[in-house]
Amino acid sequence: MSHAAQGRGKAGFITGFLIAPIALYLTFVIWPYVQTFGYSFTNWSGQSPVFDFVGLDNYAALLEDEVFRGALWHNLLLLVFVPVITILLALFFAFMVNAGGRSGAGGVQGVSGSRLYKVVYFFPQVLSLAILAVLFGAIYRSDEGGLLNGFLIKTGLVDPQHPIEWLNEPNFVLWCLLFVVVWHGVGFYLVLFSAAMQSVPKDIYEAALLDGAGRAQTFFKVTLPLLWDSVQTSAVYLGIAAMDMFVLVSTMTSGQFGGGPDHHSEVMATVLMRNFLYFGKSGYACAMGVVMLVLTMILSVITLRATRRERIEF
Amino acid sequence: MTTQSTVIKVPGEAAAESSSGAGRAGGADRRRSEGVVLNVFSHGFLALWAIMIVLPLIWLVLGSFKTDAQIGGSALSWPSNWHLDAFGRAWDKGIGGYFANTLVVLVFSVPLTMLFGSMAAYVLARYPFKGNRAVYYFFVSGAMFPVFLALVPLFFMVKRFDMLNTYQGLILVYIAYSMPFTIFFMHSFFRTLPTAVYEAAVIDGASDTRIFFQVMLPMAKPGLISVGIFNVLGQWNQYILPAVLMQPQSSSDPERYMLTQGLIQLQQQMGYETDLPVLFAGATIAIIPMLAVYLSFQRQIQAGLTSATLK
Repeated sequence: MSHAAQGRGKAGFITGFLIAPIALYLTFVIWPYVQTFGYSFTNWSGQSPVFDFVGLDNYAALLEDEVFRGALWHNLLLLVFVPVITILLALFFAFMVNAGGRSGAGGVQGVSGSRLYKVVYFFPQVLSLAILAVLFGAIYRSDEGGLLNGFLIKTGLVDPQHPIEWLNEPNFVLWCLLFVVVWHGVGFYLVLFSAAMQSVPKDIYEAALLDGAGRAQTFFKVTLPLLWDSVQTSAVYLGIAAMDMFVLVSTMTSGQFGGGPDHHSEVMATVLMRNFLYFGKSGYACAMGVVMLVLTMILSVITLRATRRERIEF
Repeated sequence: MTTQSTVIKVPGEAAAESSSGAGRAGGADRRRSEGVVLNVFSHGFLALWAIMIVLPLIWLVLGSFKTDAQIGGSALSWPSNWHLDAFGRAWDKGIGGYFANTLVVLVFSVPLTMLFGSMAAYVLARYPFKGNRAVYYFFVSGAMFPVFLALVPLFFMVKRFDMLNTYQGLILVYIAYSMPFTIFFMHSFFRTLPTAVYEAAVIDGASDTRIFFQVMLPMAKPGLISVGIFNVLGQWNQYILPAVLMQPQSSSDPERYMLTQGLIQLQQQMGYETDLPVLFAGATIAIIPMLAVYLSFQRQIQAGLTSATLK
């Protein structure tokens, strides 16, 4: 490659370095995305090479599809609650870790053992969703063998004869899944916000304290505005995670690719996979993919717009 | 949450105990006691969440020493003996093999991701040419899209290359899907490196390729470590791509499951075979290396993952 670079100058070098990444990316990422758009206008089954162009039929069918509409609603619920709960908890814990300690001569301090808390809280982030599915599948077991039921029965809160069927209870199942996402994510965002808090110069806090600001005031008037960039980024990341949910739903709930009981935990991703791999309706599945893409893009833009504030330089 | 916020909002509760407060001893005392209350309060909540993380994990590990009857009987039972045979059975069920499969894939996919990602990022960051921005956005935009969108055609694309259920197929797909983030991150990193070093190397007569491998890459080491950790964890924990691409294609085609896939498969099997200790042991086997790696590198992992997100 070095010969080529010397021989044909910069252009050769640039091409040489870009050719392999572009080829891979084009083949396995961009082209499939483009094809999804194309297939979404056909009645392709995925198995046979023949298919007809059906225009917008798949999209029209999507509007009529009760299961898909339910899944869309669940995704929207998650989209609101996953970021809000995770970010609030992470901000609260980050503030406690960094400023919840005894007040000393040097101003507000973190609690003792704050490093240990960060180490423990962050750990779920390195575990795969598959491990989480196994772990929480066992925790939410519908008899006394499940950690949650076992605990509630021991403390007398639940009748041993009628333990709660967490993942089979239409009203609970989505919230049980939501808790898994929060459990997984809080530590990560705690560390993220902590890093941002620590990068705020100490004298800003000291000035606030000298002006007589309490801890709560310091948080809302000083810390939060300075953290706004990180909060915004976090909301987008958590929003994208809430649009996905495939692994947890498909492995923890009942039904082919999950979604049970009776579609109460259905998300768009599980409907898509079922149509693609089980019903053999690949064209239809592609239309769902396009809807998911458009929604993700709209939501990212809305989040960034709606939460935009003037950036504070420090 | 209501109790939490009301307690925090008690006005003036936690101002610093000012060092010039000798003359206001009473006020300082009051403040100190409030500080203690807040301290107990924050420790209480922090400890509660810490328990909610640690307890389920310990409970899961304990489960691998129980019998199936004990697991089904009561969650709060204690293992009656500490035999390791559930781990042996989990290994026989293929967990060891899944582990090895995942390692084989990552040994190739992570270094190649880093190599290709850095090469593209370097050229895009340091060499102005026509269409540079377009190529950059072409790569980076991929980070926005959910993998699902590409799943159906991707399956047939890999099939066309005859690479379904092969290591090389999954390796190539992993590299391709890691490009957006790796390039995004390394691009901003290469931009910060000083130009003077490059100019000095040019004067010394080094070729562009040599400058990249012998000068720029070593200087980019902190960035490479951050993205490297991000990619190792991301690819190790990936589930959807192998679930679609790594299914045996015929009865003679051997199983080449990744660890995540294997665990889910075990979960489905053990439900029927009523041998839950094996599932718990399998999950424990999957957790322990992550725990070991995490505890040894936790500073770098935390810094790497969070900085990777913030860039």
